[in-house]
Amino acid sequence: MPQLTYRKALNEAFAEEIERDENVVLIGEEIAEYNGAYKVTEGLHARFGDRRVMDTPISEAGFCGLGIGASMLGIRPVIELMFWSFSYVAFDQLFNNAATVRYMSGGLLNVPIVVRGPANGGTNVGATHSHTPENFAAYTPGLKVVCPATAYDAKGLMKTAIRDNDPVFVMENTLLYGQKWEVPEEEYLIPLGKADVKREGSDVSLIAHGRCAITCLEAAEKLKEEHDIDAEVLDLRSIRPLDQDAILETVRKTNRAVLVEENKPFCGTAAQIAALIQEHAFDHLDAPVKRVSALDAPQIYSKPLEDEMIPNVRRIIKAVQEIT
Amino acid sequence: MTKKTSQAASKRAKTKTAGGAKKSTASSLSRDEKIKLYRDMVRIRRFEERSLHAYQQGKIGGFLHLYIGQEAIAVATASLMKENDHIITAYRDHGQALSVGMTMNECMAELYGKFTGCSKGKGGSMHFFAPEKRYWGGHGIVGGQTPLGAGIAFALKYKKVEGCCLCLLGDGAVNQGAYHESLNLAALWNLPVIYVIENNRYSMGTSQKRSSAGAPLARRAEGYDMEWEVIDGSSVYEIRDKLAPFMDRAREEQIPAVVEIQTYRYRGHSVADANHEKYRSKKEIENYKKNHDPIMLFQRTLQKEGILKEAAIEEIDREAKKEAADSAKFADESPLPPEEEIFTDVYWEVDHKTGRNHGRLFFND
Ligand SMILES: Cc1ncc(C[n+]2csc(CCOP(=O)(O)OP(=O)(O)O)c2C)c(N)n1
Ligand SMILES: [Mg+2]
Repeated sequence: MPQLTYRKALNEAFAEEIERDENVVLIGEEIAEYNGAYKVTEGLHARFGDRRVMDTPISEAGFCGLGIGASMLGIRPVIELMFWSFSYVAFDQLFNNAATVRYMSGGLLNVPIVVRGPANGGTNVGATHSHTPENFAAYTPGLKVVCPATAYDAKGLMKTAIRDNDPVFVMENTLLYGQKWEVPEEEYLIPLGKADVKREGSDVSLIAHGRCAITCLEAAEKLKEEHDIDAEVLDLRSIRPLDQDAILETVRKTNRAVLVEENKPFCGTAAQIAALIQEHAFDHLDAPVKRVSALDAPQIYSKPLEDEMIPNVRRIIKAVQEIT
Repeated sequence: MTKKTSQAASKRAKTKTAGGAKKSTASSLSRDEKIKLYRDMVRIRRFEERSLHAYQQGKIGGFLHLYIGQEAIAVATASLMKENDHIITAYRDHGQALSVGMTMNECMAELYGKFTGCSKGKGGSMHFFAPEKRYWGGHGIVGGQTPLGAGIAFALKYKKVEGCCLCLLGDGAVNQGAYHESLNLAALWNLPVIYVIENNRYSMGTSQKRSSAGAPLARRAEGYDMEWEVIDGSSVYEIRDKLAPFMDRAREEQIPAVVEIQTYRYRGHSVADANHEKYRSKKEIENYKKNHDPIMLFQRTLQKEGILKEAAIEEIDREAKKEAADSAKFADESPLPPEEEIFTDVYWEVDHKTGRNHGRLFFND
């Protein structure tokens, strides 16, 4: 199977969907002539032209809202935010308009948009550029949130997101764009809401999404080698819909859970998952559910400290040891 | 009030008549003041070059947006600031920082993420602040500073202080809604703010033509009945001479304005923008360096005025390079912020241990 970067896998998903559906258009800052700030859309403007791949001015509220409006007439915009941090400029459009017009119209409207871009820290760019708003989005009924951890997942989930008739927010990661995974040549789709056991284990469940799932895999290897602890890694892949069954299943299997996320702890994604576990699998727990979240402060610029701020292998292992 | 149409090059601030016409910069500045303007431009350039070198050495990471080519704007704006004037800008903020008197040491250390940095290593390149110098940042979100500029002006007016706020933004930032809302508020409430568009012709890889309808950009001010002007940013004198009357009117009559200063950045958008010769030609870049470089032009002007001799030019440059090199050494040898610093400066209440409120503020365990 060919190895593809996360970036290239997304790029193929866009190309295939543009070719498949006349209504799919890509819009965003620097995505066309500049080939994308992170080169995710490289070559697509040259291949599909101005009509399908469009550069926008720096007007996030404007072009996100424009995408929502166009989607009400059946266009399927895939809107790039150079960083998810910039969605805060477009908050009303994304969290008010996109999330509620279907409901408020009594189901007369739907908003088949994808809003996508990186949402991560760990890149030494300071607080304004390091937000991870998957919890904000998942908090909002009407929105769907996807956080792919590998190239394979990124492609399969993105294609599904584009075909979805609801607004889907896809949160990627700049630190994953250049990493490679196996991606089949033939077409495939991954349904939203289907978590993936990325490593089988029996002693403890590490439950994560996005790049944290990869960090968990590294931690699991180390736990095995150095501490003889066999960790299972469950990658949620999407936050809403959330694969509750898979979460409960792994907890019932290992009886211990460490939830790992780049969200801050207060009302972060893991807080919701912890609540579900205690409600539905309380009798299966041999220890309290642990969370490894980003430290609870605005993202610090200084790189060595930022690396401590977001979940890392050391912090995950420490949390596991506290309950095993 | 009659509206000027598009052929109007500007809608000028009426020069004050009381006391006669203002003297031009060339005649009103002392020799030392002129040399300081020149020296500060050289200092900015050498600082930026040194920081680029540190980035290439891997000592600085993240984003580094260099100001090289735009130096005249920073020194001219700062030099016009009186004791109650304020300034705020976007993420391309090192030039303004040095111009208002921040030291190279604290700036470089911030880029290195060190505790001795101007923000203790918490903000980084895009987020420099020096409120005691009335420099309010350093803002990473495009257009995010534009309502703040109006707010600073609001505070001045509310406190009945005779001052103004210079709010800088890029040519790409003019397309953010927040900027337009700010213009309307400023005009509606007569706030002493001057929006200074640093038009370096590109927002990342997008030329003005591909991002903005209507030109000049400052002309959008007319929609809000505001005064505006376009200024050649390669001349320190011209920036000062044309900007000063707007600042006078803002201070004295609370009249906001928009000025657009034409300039150019020689480097990529940030250091990560390696292919900046793809969206603009080498010839275009060379033309600016050869014919419009603000430092070179000002050097010539001062030479013609007999103020600056060859030996002084060399000495200023040598000193600036040394100051920059020393700042890199200072940054390198400075300590990182201690880990407990992650949780300071989040809440005033916690930092000051007021004990006034109950309940938890942090949720790490
Ligand atoms: C809201 C928001 N959108 C996008 C960005 C990414 N970005 C940073 S600078 C920039 C270009 C801005 O260009 P301009 O306003 O002309 O300023 P210049 O960089 O030329 O100084 C972009 C798109 C951002 N920081 N914030
Ligand atoms: Mg610009």
